[in-house]
Formats: sequence, structure tokens, C-alpha cells
Amino acid sequence: MTDPKSTLAGGDESEGMSYLSTLPRRLVTLYLPLSIIVIVLLFPFYWMTVTAVKPKEHLLDLETHNPFWTVSPTLEHINDLLFKTDYPLWLWNTMFIAVSATILSLIASVFAAYAIVRIRYRGAQTAGGLIFLAYLVPPSILFIPLSTVVFQYGLFDTPFALILTYPTILIPFSTWLLMGYFKTIPYELEECALIDGATRWQILWKIVLPLAIPGLISAAIFSLTLCWNEFIYALTFINSTEKKTVPVAILSAFTDGDQYRWGSLMAGALVGSLPLVILYAFFVEHYVSAMTGAVKE
Amino acid sequence: MALNWTELRMNRNWLGFWFMLPAAAFLIAFLVYPLGLGIWLSFTDARIGTPGKFIGLENYEWIIGDSKFQTAVFFTLLYTFVASVFKFAIGLYLALLLNQNMPFKAIMRAIILIPFIVPTVLSAIAFWWIYDPQFSIISWSLKQLGWIEGNIDFLGDPWNARWSVIFANVWRGVPFIAISLLAGLQTVPPSLYEAATLDGASPWQMFVRITYPLLTPIIAVVMTFSVLFTFTDFQLIKVLTNGGPAGATELMATMSYNTAILGSRIGEGAAVSTAMVPFLLAAIMFSWFGLQRRKWQQGDSDD
Repeated sequence: MTDPKSTLAGGDESEGMSYLSTLPRRLVTLYLPLSIIVIVLLFPFYWMTVTAVKPKEHLLDLETHNPFWTVSPTLEHINDLLFKTDYPLWLWNTMFIAVSATILSLIASVFAAYAIVRIRYRGAQTAGGLIFLAYLVPPSILFIPLSTVVFQYGLFDTPFALILTYPTILIPFSTWLLMGYFKTIPYELEECALIDGATRWQILWKIVLPLAIPGLISAAIFSLTLCWNEFIYALTFINSTEKKTVPVAILSAFTDGDQYRWGSLMAGALVGSLPLVILYAFFVEHYVSAMTGAVKE
Repeated sequence: MALNWTELRMNRNWLGFWFMLPAAAFLIAFLVYPLGLGIWLSFTDARIGTPGKFIGLENYEWIIGDSKFQTAVFFTLLYTFVASVFKFAIGLYLALLLNQNMPFKAIMRAIILIPFIVPTVLSAIAFWWIYDPQFSIISWSLKQLGWIEGNIDFLGDPWNARWSVIFANVWRGVPFIAISLLAGLQTVPPSLYEAATLDGASPWQMFVRITYPLLTPIIAVVMTFSVLFTFTDFQLIKVLTNGGPAGATELMATMSYNTAILGSRIGEGAAVSTAMVPFLLAAIMFSWFGLQRRKWQQGDSDD
């Protein structure tokens, strides 16, 4: 078991064997291909941003203005988006659903992961394996039967349709991630607490959870990202415009015949991505350990 | 003494049961049950609003003979195969580049992951605009350079549309693979490379003899996930082409949506999505053996 954080931080300090290659050589073998890949990876976002701040009349006029740049940026599209559409409501829906589903999944995952790793009841190994298998069941094969289930339970077209179904995507992932973190906590700590008369509940709440905070943060922000990104359930289970989440809503709201829709579409995509990118900027290391942690376990 | 011991074990099992309950309840109600229900529905003639009755293999017989389904299976396999190969090659290359020493390494890694963070639908909308038939920035740039005469019809022509969506999928998938493989690369001890250098090994030999073998377990897992998610992709196609032109970019997932939800033929749609299961099982088996090999390599006991 390797500590997910040390693998990323490690190796940065030493120079390794890089003194063996000269600068011009590195320019061709490293910096050039790397810059090309980075430019390709970032271009769609640059293009999104430029389009979102371009004046309407420049959008479709590629001859008189260089499309790669704009000399007269405008907040017109973003302004329209925030004050003339239901966009703030969609943003709120997305956030509310993502946060609720994340909290529910984290609670369920903490208990499950702790039980599998530390209570070691009969069949704990099998349960761990089954949860891993659940991770491999994609929403694309579940959404049709789930839509009938959601309908039967009377959840159709309510936020609960998503709040209760998203945990099926989040729990397997979070449980596996937390299992990795719980394994690194020394047994001795728990044994001491048991001898001092602590209950399992106290051990979990006062010893294990405080030590697993980095894991909890990783699981939480990664779950938020997954919820924000989810599309097929949100598209299938929600019908009314005012209850939709951002990805579904902007797709249906701005794809009418309007030829200037590109400005509002790009503004919608930009504003919808920003909360996640900001969250990401604060927790880069946690994201990376969440992503690689679940894969490596 | 023996009695106490069994009591403790009983206790432990009950405690385990209560701790597992919330997670198990969610997974059984919203994952296991729908999974079974989906298979059942694929044997019925259910429509939206009517439960339907058992009709045996009729749905499967119908979809197998349907040329739209055949095209969807063909394109799903092509999409998964081509996109996965490119994602793997570019992702591994990018991971190797990022593993070298350079200034601003941490910032570089952070930037690389952005396409993975931004919701797929939102970046797909950006691609939609980049692939616009009239105002595509790619067509404009190529025209300025004098390489092409007219605009490229990215999403209107069947094969252009196929390559365009595959490109968008590769773009979206590379960061995940690169960053995961980078984490794997960082666990390879530098002393191995130092020893190989002293023995006069070329960089290519070091890659083939040291890096690649040590990386295989993580490659197996990462690529299984990648194949799984590519095979069941829905979002990108829904936004960019919605299966068009004339069904050329229809995936099995989008076809099941169009059949079951838009066409209200639940049974037939369930048959299309259940038909994905054998492929997923193949991918899971692949992952399983990758994991087994990893455990064996580490000499890890069953913990």
C-alpha cells in the first residue's frame, strides 16, 4: 500500500538523471511536444471564453475581425444568462443535488469502508469485491429500468430522483477510496481505545475519521465533480425546465433556431464549469489522489 | 472461553451488518434491482405507461435484424477501439513527458487535468462550436493558411462526424490516463534506471525492459476503466451529433435512449442496453486478471 500523496510529491526534489540531456535536446523531446499537447487540451476552454465575451455581431463575422481575439470584450452574454434566463436556478439545482448526494454517499461509504477494513465481519472480503463490481456498472445500462423504478416510487421529476440515484455512482468509488485510507491507520490506536472502553462508534468518530480527513476531502470533491458531470439520469428523470441541472438545461434552453445562440451557450458552459474549476484549483492534490487512489487500490 | 469467542464473532457480524446497511440499501434499491429489472424488461413488450408482458427473445431477434442496431454496434466497437488506442498512446506519452524534471511541473500537471474536471457536456458544447459547419475556427484557420478551399463539414458527413467525435473523446480521456499512469511511473524506483544507464541501456531499452513491465498492472486497470466508460459513452454523442448524420455516430447507449425514452419502446431499449453487458463482462474479466497479477507481483497477502 503506497500513500497516495507521497507518490505525487516524491521525486520532485531530486534532479534524477536529467543532467544527462542537454537543453536543445530537451527543447525538442520535452518542451515542444508538451506545449503542443497542452495547447490542444486547453484550446476549447480558450475558445469558450473568447466566444462568451465577444460582441454578438463579431461572432459570425470571421472576415473583418480576427476570430482568435476580441478587442471589445462584453459581458452581454453572461449578463443575459444570469438575469434573463433561469440559469441561477439551474446552478442552484445542480449544487443542491450534488451536495446532498455527496453527503448521503459519504455517510454510507464511511460506515461500509470501516466495516470492511476494520470490523472484518464474515464475508467482508466478498462485500468489498461486490462494491468494486458495482463501480463497474455504468449508468448507461441502468437508466431505462431506473426510470421505471423512479416512476414507481413517485420520485419522477423531483430532485430526489437524482439525490437518491447518484449515490449508486458515488458509494462504490468513495468506499474503495476510504478503504485505502482506513487501512493506513494503525491498529494499535484502535486497540488502545478499545481497552480504554471506547465503543466502535466512538472509535470511528473520534479516532478514525479525524485521521482520514484527507481521504474524506478527496472523496467529497471527487463526488461533487461526478454529480456535476452526470447527464443521462438528469436528462431522463427530470422533465420541468425549472428543476433541471446545468448540463441538461443549457442544452435544451439555448439550442433553438437563434443564430446568435453561441454566445449564450458558451457563457453557460463557462459559468457552469467555473465552480468546479475553482474547487479544483484549491484541492488539486486531493483530486489527483482521489483519481489515482481508487484506481490503485 | 469458546462460548465467549463465538459470541464475539456473532457480535462482530451483527455490527458489520448494521454498518453495511446504508450502502447496501442504496446499491440494492437503485443498482442491483434495476439491473435485474432491465434484463427482465428486455424480454417484455413494455412501453412508457404500460408494464408489458413476457415475449421471450422477440426484442433481441428484432434488434439483431435491425440495420440501425448493427450500425450502432459497429460504431460503438470502432469508437471504443480507436479512441482507447489513441488515449492510451497519447496518455502514456504525456505521462512520460510529465515524469521528467522541468520547471513548473506541479502547475503543468494541474493544467493537464482541467479537461477531466469540466463537465463533459459543457466541453462537448465547446467542441460543437469548434465543429460548426460554417463558422468553425479550424476551417477558418486552415483557409487562412491556404490548405483548404471550402469549409470542412465536420459533423454533417458520416465519416467526418465519426472521426470528429472520436477526437473529442480522446481529448476528454487523455488527462485521466496520463495522470493515473504518472502516479504509477512515480512508484518505479530511480535506482533501476541508474543501474540500466551504467549498463549502457538506451532510453528505448529502459522503457521496454523497466518502465513498461512495472507499469502493466496499473495500465490494465486504467485501460479497463477507460474502455468501460468509452463503450458506454452517451453525453458526447448526445451533444455533438445526437447519433446523426443518418445514424452514423449512433452508439448503443444513445440508441437505447432514443428507443426507450424518446420512442417510448422500453422493452426494445432495454434489450439494446442489455446487449452491452457481455462486452462489459469481458472488460471486467480483463481488469480482474490485471489486479490478480499485481497482487502476485507485490507478494501481497490477502488483507
